[in-house]
Amino acid sequence: MSRLILIVTLLFSATLIAAPVSEYKLIIRDHRFVPAEITIPAKTKVKLIIINEDASPEEFESHELNREKIVTGKGRITVFVGPLKPGRYPFFGEFNPKTAQGVLIVK
Amino acid sequence: MLASLLLVFREVLEAALIVSVVAAATRSVIGRERWISAGIGLGILGASVVALFANQIANAMSGMGQEWFNAGVLIAAVTMIGWHVVWMARHGRELATQMRSMGNDVSSGHRPMTALLIVIALAVLREGSEVVLFGYGLIASGTDIGPLLTGGILGLVCGIALGYAMYAGLLKIPMRHFFSATNGLMVLLAAGLAASAAGYFVQADVLPALIDPVWDTSSLLSDASFIGKTLHVLIGYSAAPSAMQLIFYGATVTLLLLGMRVSRLPVVRNIKTNKQVSA
Repeated sequence: MSRLILIVTLLFSATLIAAPVSEYKLIIRDHRFVPAEITIPAKTKVKLIIINEDASPEEFESHELNREKIVTGKGRITVFVGPLKPGRYPFFGEFNPKTAQGVLIVK
Repeated sequence: MLASLLLVFREVLEAALIVSVVAAATRSVIGRERWISAGIGLGILGASVVALFANQIANAMSGMGQEWFNAGVLIAAVTMIGWHVVWMARHGRELATQMRSMGNDVSSGHRPMTALLIVIALAVLREGSEVVLFGYGLIASGTDIGPLLTGGILGLVCGIALGYAMYAGLLKIPMRHFFSATNGLMVLLAAGLAASAAGYFVQADVLPALIDPVWDTSSLLSDASFIGKTLHVLIGYSAAPSAMQLIFYGATVTLLLLGMRVSRLPVVRNIKTNKQVSA
């Protein structure tokens, strides 16, 4: 019985530690980010889910965020960002930098 | 055309700079062209395979396969450079002496060329796979390939030309300082690669960034600029590094310098035995 209580307590504390990370969706369509602006809260870790609807691959890149990740054609990736200070963090698609431009706004 | 020129140039430049440092550091090795070409060839082959399996790599490790793969490739390169610099710390002095007394082309015998072959192959693989993916995307999107191909070839030529210029510049270093200079450069190169690996571990949420960024000099020298990019490859410059990256950088420098110092200790005895062997 005491063992059961211990296990339940452990499981409960584990879920507490792994607080849910909020998700934000970003779509790549015709070599553009939709939406081109995403606002996230400051000092919080968030999960960006980037879905590439184009047939060609793209590379999600941001010098300001220190992130660089390829999304294959029709593929999807997960990128964790934060906790960040308030500000504007531009990102772009390295394979189509002319059109694929976006900015992460941290408030 | 300009887009493909710039992309190919950026990727080729990164690999070309690493190849130029290795080529300069192995100036005394007979038959090094074969090792270097083999490294480049294996790298191109590897790049195509990696691009082919891009989807499988991306989906591995619960979506963090790319980060693990890149970090793994980088750490492997750091290990190989480490092996080489530690070996050179032990044998570099005798090499320099031999080269000065016997002219330029002296074989350094059993120098760990395999390590450097792997370093080159991994650098070409990492940068090349992006070029292959980019090219594949262009074909998939059905755009006119002609001008893009021209741009790509121009980018390739410019990247190689700059790599060659870097190589020629390194050869100008006086022989007395040559091996300590190239060895020092290799240590910083390895530290930069280790810092990049740390970046991927942070991105994959495997390691915490701790402080991100520790400083921000992007207004002075941006990572995207030509000089910023070059310094990034050569000494690991980053405009806005995280604390975890700095820890990896510092740890690599410390470890390699320590390894070099330890292996240098019995150097006197070593030269003697080597002379006896060659006599």
